[in-house]
Amino acid sequence: MSRSKWGARALLLLVALLLVTGCGQQMANQPRVAAYQESDFFDDGSGMRPVPPNTVPQMAGALQEDPVLYTGMTAPDAEGNAGFSQEFPYEMTMEDLERGHERYDIFCAPCHSLDGGGDGMVVRRGYIPAPSLVQQRLLEQPGAYFYNAITNGFGRMPSYAPQISVTDRWAIAAYVKVLQRSQNATPDDVPDGVEPEMKNAETAAETEE
Amino acid sequence: MAQLFPRSANTMARLSIFGGLFTVLLLFGLGFMLTRSPVATREGDQRVQPVQFSHKHHVGDIGIDCRYCHTSVEDSASAGIPPTSTCMNCHSQLFTNSVELEKVVNSWETGEPLEWVRVHDLADYVYFNHSIHVRNGIGCESCHGRVDEMPLMMKAEPLTMEWCLECHRNPENFVRPLEEVYSFGYHPPIDQSVLGPQLVESYNIRGNLDDCAVCHR
Repeated sequence: MSRSKWGARALLLLVALLLVTGCGQQMANQPRVAAYQESDFFDDGSGMRPVPPNTVPQMAGALQEDPVLYTGMTAPDAEGNAGFSQEFPYEMTMEDLERGHERYDIFCAPCHSLDGGGDGMVVRRGYIPAPSLVQQRLLEQPGAYFYNAITNGFGRMPSYAPQISVTDRWAIAAYVKVLQRSQNATPDDVPDGVEPEMKNAETAAETEE
Repeated sequence: MAQLFPRSANTMARLSIFGGLFTVLLLFGLGFMLTRSPVATREGDQRVQPVQFSHKHHVGDIGIDCRYCHTSVEDSASAGIPPTSTCMNCHSQLFTNSVELEKVVNSWETGEPLEWVRVHDLADYVYFNHSIHVRNGIGCESCHGRVDEMPLMMKAEPLTMEWCLECHRNPENFVRPLEEVYSFGYHPPIDQSVLGPQLVESYNIRGNLDDCAVCHR
């Protein structure tokens, strides 16, 4: 093979190499619909479809047969009276409380504030003040009362059912009971082992003053 | 027979051999640079959105957690774009006379969704999943940048494959403790070279994250 042919081949190779520098291709936008992508297949231009009416999801608990778990209310008695369940539908573990703490800080604290006092950032920006969750009147309410408020909304508070799952709502309700206990605690509630730390904190506070 | 070429043609001939080679290499280099530059990756671009929504205001100033709106980020591939009803949780009462908000209220009343423009658009042959990342200590900030300082959402990172592999090959340089995944302005409490490998161990991240099929299938 002559030298000029090798030269031409080398040149061609170099030009071809330009292609491997990387560039957008047809494969990057395939004719399928990703989450939230538009689609001209449907009249409303949306690729994601609303759930058809009367659809029952194929999953455990879809029929919501347990009234306490899904509504926080006991099944109606002979006279048709139903009230808030005084018990949680299942036992709350430390894990549930920690989950509730995390979810409370995400979804509730913007209005109800981290300590439940009701002075959250959204309230400070002008939303109708959220009631304190740790006030006397609410101390007497069972966890189901808070579950119900999250699920159906309460006063000006909208329903949070679309944003928070059933078990997370119960976890938050349990954490609200924790907040109530901690915000209304007395020195007698402090376990023995923790006492020295508290005393140290007191001394530190005095020194600062 | 008279000479066809003047003497200077010798120089021109030599120059064009080197010049030709040089030009091809230059084009190669330019192409390489261009495809990685913000011109191609659209890094730093702000798109025109139907509503001038400010993440800086909602995240930075008010302190709302990412998951308040992006509710599915922990459980699914998509982080979730909030429905208009999520906006209305607060804006049924706040800034109700704002012109920008009129479009949101309109969407709420008519049921017509707001058509947000996608800022982070991966190629369709990449099967990215948010949940696996946030559950294994990759902070929102690592890919989305300081969202709490963005008045308008923009792409903070190039999101090229090269960029993804930086972390897929060395996750220990980027992983955070789980409670810091949704924080912005995070600094590792102890040196990352000590903390990173510990976290990789505790998340059980195994060393095959740069297999093709991890992202392409």
